[in-house]
Amino acid sequence: MSAPAPREDDRPMLVVTDLRKTFDVSKPWLERVLGGERKQLLKAVDGVTFAIKKGETFALVGESGSGKSTVARMVVGLMPPSAGAITIDGNVLSGRQGYPRALRRRLQMIFQDPYASLDPRWRVEDIIAEPIRAFGLAASPAAEKARVGELLGLVGLHPADGVKFPHEFSGGQRQRIAIARALAADAEFIVCDEPTSALDVSVQAQILNLMKDLQQRLGLTYLFISHNLAVVRHMAATIGVMYLGRIVEIAPAEQLFKAPRHPYTRMLLDAVPDLAMTGKPRVPVQGEVPNPISPPSGCTFHPRCPLANDRCRAETPVALDGVACHAVHEGRADLRATG
Amino acid sequence: MNEPVLSVRDLTVEFVTRRGTLRAIDAISFDIAPGEVLGVVGESGAGKSLTGTAVIGLLEPPGRIAGGEIRLSGRRIDDLPPGEMRRLRGKRIGMVFQDPLTSLNPLFRVGDQLVETIMTHLPVTKEEARKRAIDLLAEVGIPAPERRIDGWPHEFSGGMRQRVVLALALCAEPDLVIADEPTTALDVSVQAQIIALLKRLCRERGTAVMLITHDMGVIAETADRVAVMYAGRIVEIGPVREVVKNPQHPYAKGLMGSIPSLEESRERLLQIEGSMPRLAAIPKGCAFHPRCPHAFARCHVEKPVLLESGAGRVACWLYDGDTVARAETAA
Repeated sequence: MSAPAPREDDRPMLVVTDLRKTFDVSKPWLERVLGGERKQLLKAVDGVTFAIKKGETFALVGESGSGKSTVARMVVGLMPPSAGAITIDGNVLSGRQGYPRALRRRLQMIFQDPYASLDPRWRVEDIIAEPIRAFGLAASPAAEKARVGELLGLVGLHPADGVKFPHEFSGGQRQRIAIARALAADAEFIVCDEPTSALDVSVQAQILNLMKDLQQRLGLTYLFISHNLAVVRHMAATIGVMYLGRIVEIAPAEQLFKAPRHPYTRMLLDAVPDLAMTGKPRVPVQGEVPNPISPPSGCTFHPRCPLANDRCRAETPVALDGVACHAVHEGRADLRATG
Repeated sequence: MNEPVLSVRDLTVEFVTRRGTLRAIDAISFDIAPGEVLGVVGESGAGKSLTGTAVIGLLEPPGRIAGGEIRLSGRRIDDLPPGEMRRLRGKRIGMVFQDPLTSLNPLFRVGDQLVETIMTHLPVTKEEARKRAIDLLAEVGIPAPERRIDGWPHEFSGGMRQRVVLALALCAEPDLVIADEPTTALDVSVQAQIIALLKRLCRERGTAVMLITHDMGVIAETADRVAVMYAGRIVEIGPVREVVKNPQHPYAKGLMGSIPSLEESRERLLQIEGSMPRLAAIPKGCAFHPRCPHAFARCHVEKPVLLESGAGRVACWLYDGDTVARAETAA
């Protein structure tokens, strides 16, 4: 395996600072001008800051519309940020230039739907060899073939599977192919956007185990996006909880689940169906995620928050010690563990 | 004991194709008592949705019921003519599907859809039906129902739409509700609300529920009993606490072990190798034997039947008295 061994390096793999993304969701220009309406902007990501250490897994969780996938897309360079800085291993990505080619090789992505992310007309060996060809990593066709076989073995498929087409594989096997493709160019940092949401639980377990094994063997760094709290707890060392484009709480996984601090995190943890059947009393969840086009004033969570007061309605909380919540900062929130 | 609302015996569903007959559901039997929630879990292709479709008589050709019988409150319903079945559907059996957007007609106001359904099944006037619709919307937790009743489906959020669908399913006071993945398209916080609502409404009315889902967490929260399906058969059925905490069948064990837990963090998840067999290639004997770590000679040839084990029943030869005795003598 030619991938680098895990390095003892304190420099973070990824630093994201005050990242923002605004989408223009106004009506077409003429219609808007004739109607005398103003531009409508949707703040999908509104000032997100976090860092990932090398060889670690950082997860972003949140409900639909929280902006977690938009963050993932900006980090891999599929979408230019409206503002803010992304630094990967010391290389600053600024403006709209995208990443330098050498960096792009080290950064790959795994998508949610393995039925859509693999070209149905390509043989699996070509799908996996594409990054190798694109970056000119194989000296000869024979070397390329050997490398593809090695990658297929690495993700638990047979090297002879390379001649098949994607439709001949199940969802789990397709996701393995997607992982092999991500690793083909010796990637070090992989952004995984809901990699197991489309899979059955037993297949999900296979893929999560595989991803953990590969991380240990190759020293990979993951940015893991998911709506499933249990999956995130299993995979990540550090977790950021997103709500309407902002990170409301960042904490080490253990701490977040033992003693969640932000009222939204607590609500989310309470809402997850409890497989352990401890019979804990459930706090009934109030309301739904508001429309991100016209988010509530102040702290966007205040209409659903049991601790909201006038300050929460007027003033946007800043992240302090990993939590963006007035009630926590003022000591109004009871810090007992919910479990 | 009171009579079960739904009683399914040896139900078999087949698809006739040019390449031969595929057996998608293979002789399954179960009962649901009044006010009981039976969870049906399994992975994609296990046949759980098809079971629900067969019960409500909505199987589409080439699928057909090839054997067994379905009884609703003691009366056989699987051989009813289509017209009679249609009157039954909606009146005695309510349905909730996964995607609330496709269950509602986007071209009709929410209230009109409710009123139409109520008037189809109950002998009421239009005014009474409208009043009843407003009451129902209030009951499923829609704020300002007298105003929202004239709204269009697109004006409702996903969670609110699923509440409307729930109101539609319950509007004729059915004996049985079949809920097929009712919360899969929803976010967790909304999912919790819908589950709580479904549970409360059915408790209050004594409606039996067949809850089909792949989410064990939802089952653990909601169901009284649970049936685990694999490749068209029920492999384990029993009280929910037993099956979730102490599964007996190797597949059920693997399924429970493969779910990441919120409570504790394990280094690795339990993993079942391989994947669900395709319909055209269901293994002989026990369909699970190629993936089963405990498979032995008998599993390769003989299809296991549901055997009593603990509080539930398990379709696995490991729990057959003969096998246990033989294993003990061998050891």
